[in-house]
Amino acid sequence: MSAEAKQLLEQIHSSTTRPWTLMEVCGGQTHALLRHGIDQLLPPEITLIHGPGCPVCVTATERIDQALALAEQPEVILCSYGDMLRVPGSNGRDLLSLRAQGADVRVIYSPLDVLELARQHPERQVVFFAVGFETTAPATALLAQQALAEAISNLKLLVAHVRVVPVLNQLLSDPACAVQGVLAAGHVCTVMGGSELNDLVQRRRRPVVITGFSAEELLQGILRCITQLERGEARVENAYGKAVSAEGNREAQTLLKHVFEPINTIWRGLGVINQGGYKLRPAFVQLALDHKDRQASNEQTAEQAECPSGLVLQGLLRPSACSSFGNRCTPDHPLGAPMVSSEGACAAYYRYQR
Amino acid sequence: MAPSHDTVLLAHGGGGRLSQQLIEELLLPAFAPADGVLHDAALLNSPGQTLAFTTDSFVVKPLFFPGGDIGRLAVFGSVNDLAMTGARPVALSLGMILEEGLAMSLLERVVHSIRAAADACGVAVITGDTKVVERGKGDGIFINTSAIGVVEHALKIHPSAVQPGDAVLVSGDLGRHGVAILAAREELGFRSTLESDLAPLHTTVNELISSGVEVHCLRDLTRGGLASASDEIARSAGCQIELEEAAIPLHSSVNGACDLLGLDPLSMANEGRMLVICPEVHAAKALEQLRHHNPAACKVGTVHSTTTSEQQQPVLLRNTLGVLRPCDVSRGELLPRIC
Repeated sequence: MSAEAKQLLEQIHSSTTRPWTLMEVCGGQTHALLRHGIDQLLPPEITLIHGPGCPVCVTATERIDQALALAEQPEVILCSYGDMLRVPGSNGRDLLSLRAQGADVRVIYSPLDVLELARQHPERQVVFFAVGFETTAPATALLAQQALAEAISNLKLLVAHVRVVPVLNQLLSDPACAVQGVLAAGHVCTVMGGSELNDLVQRRRRPVVITGFSAEELLQGILRCITQLERGEARVENAYGKAVSAEGNREAQTLLKHVFEPINTIWRGLGVINQGGYKLRPAFVQLALDHKDRQASNEQTAEQAECPSGLVLQGLLRPSACSSFGNRCTPDHPLGAPMVSSEGACAAYYRYQR
Repeated sequence: MAPSHDTVLLAHGGGGRLSQQLIEELLLPAFAPADGVLHDAALLNSPGQTLAFTTDSFVVKPLFFPGGDIGRLAVFGSVNDLAMTGARPVALSLGMILEEGLAMSLLERVVHSIRAAADACGVAVITGDTKVVERGKGDGIFINTSAIGVVEHALKIHPSAVQPGDAVLVSGDLGRHGVAILAAREELGFRSTLESDLAPLHTTVNELISSGVEVHCLRDLTRGGLASASDEIARSAGCQIELEEAAIPLHSSVNGACDLLGLDPLSMANEGRMLVICPEVHAAKALEQLRHHNPAACKVGTVHSTTTSEQQQPVLLRNTLGVLRPCDVSRGELLPRIC
């Protein structure tokens, strides 16, 4: 163990006098916490619960079903990020198995690769299934801007981008929510900056500490959060200063505002989140694929009975306490998205704490 | 037991859990070896000598990559499989499936590369076959090689020879081949000066045995990396392997690329690295031999006896903060994360 990590752990132990429940927002942090075994090294008073910050986990089933239906059309080349391809839709199928059956599904690494595909295949309809938080949304915005500028006519965007602060606001507003302090997602804050969290802290009266991903950074975030809680404080603190500034990446924010507008959107397992997603602004309408949502909500209920991922994403159910965990639901045969994604909480437990 | 997927997925060829399932659920029941334990090459007893026999297929993209090409890979891959039994390689077969439209000059380069690699290993290519498929039905060149070798030592180098208390060593730093290939695929958009670790291992193995190291098991670390190889050995040997995360040698570029893409360096492919399992008292001597070829060779873990309940976790990893956790085998496809 590094001397720094050891010292931080000692400080956390000596600062903690009462039980505290913290939520780490980002799935990358959940994985890092479990990979380093930090949850086992903390004082027993500290409970970590895992937040909704796994982009593929929260992508609505409706949107995945729509992507699957599009990928089945012979003229379509469907592109998305690798992590997205194994997430099952409502009938258990995923994009990777459609690809094995002949659908043209491509893993892309940068949205601008999609532009190149559209140029190379003018006879095909290229669809980009755009998922992710404010981290990936600016690159989609750039793609939309360039596609419009070049008048590329065979490209459509199925936008499923989601926003972190609105979902936190909604989760923390629930009186049943046990979270007393928040470790905010370092990567999202590099784009959005720390200042958009001030309003959240004002409204929800909990300390929010912007936290990184290494063992030391995570311990630093936990220490600062505990210190605030022990003192009865609630403010935004930046424990990831090497990457995050108060104003964030202005250029990316301008791009986001120019291309997208916030909308109420469905998060898988959580339901409708006010202003929780992005849609293309009217100027970009020719690129947009409209969301096709189910009218009846009984299918959603059936899915939740099979996989209580919503409870996991709200921190109300520990993955290993789920009755399907590790038996009916494994990374090879996932019932829900948190078991699929390299950022999903269930996958983290399966990997590091079976 | 029938295979648990309706269709073959790319991950079935990735050297991870799905590859293991395909072997265990479909291939082993059909062609079970006499002793039921799989190794990199099979041993054939003939009067007066023991022969080792193996086969491997190569479908790498791009065909030429930093540090190697499909031709050298096809020779070293099969030579290394033989070497994992301690055999001296003697002869190779060469099967090529070519795609219509492939540039003849490129084929020539590959063939020359095969010849040079075979010469370097002292093996002769003694039989072969060529087929051509229509354009679009292949990916330039697919190669299969089979290799035959002679076992000239008295050791039993096999997962069943692994004993609790044995040391687990690696012959060099890990993951270079996997990262070099990822970087060479232009779509990833990251550059790296890292070269593949592609190299023949039979000389190193021969030196280990000649120096008197009582080698218990060797495993070529290819697709699936250290994670898959230790999992397979632990399960075949009925033991548990504990790896020390801080001891595992990784080049900073391998670490950096894996961090960036959300991939596990312990599951990254190698083509010139092996796992060596030997008695703890021989570990220092073995490392001395291995370090003649690669100074990064080191001890990464220990074999433990196991109870039935622990069989669920064949490999444990002690991380840098001192916490033990299960070491996961990848499913078999490399899917970079989103953010």
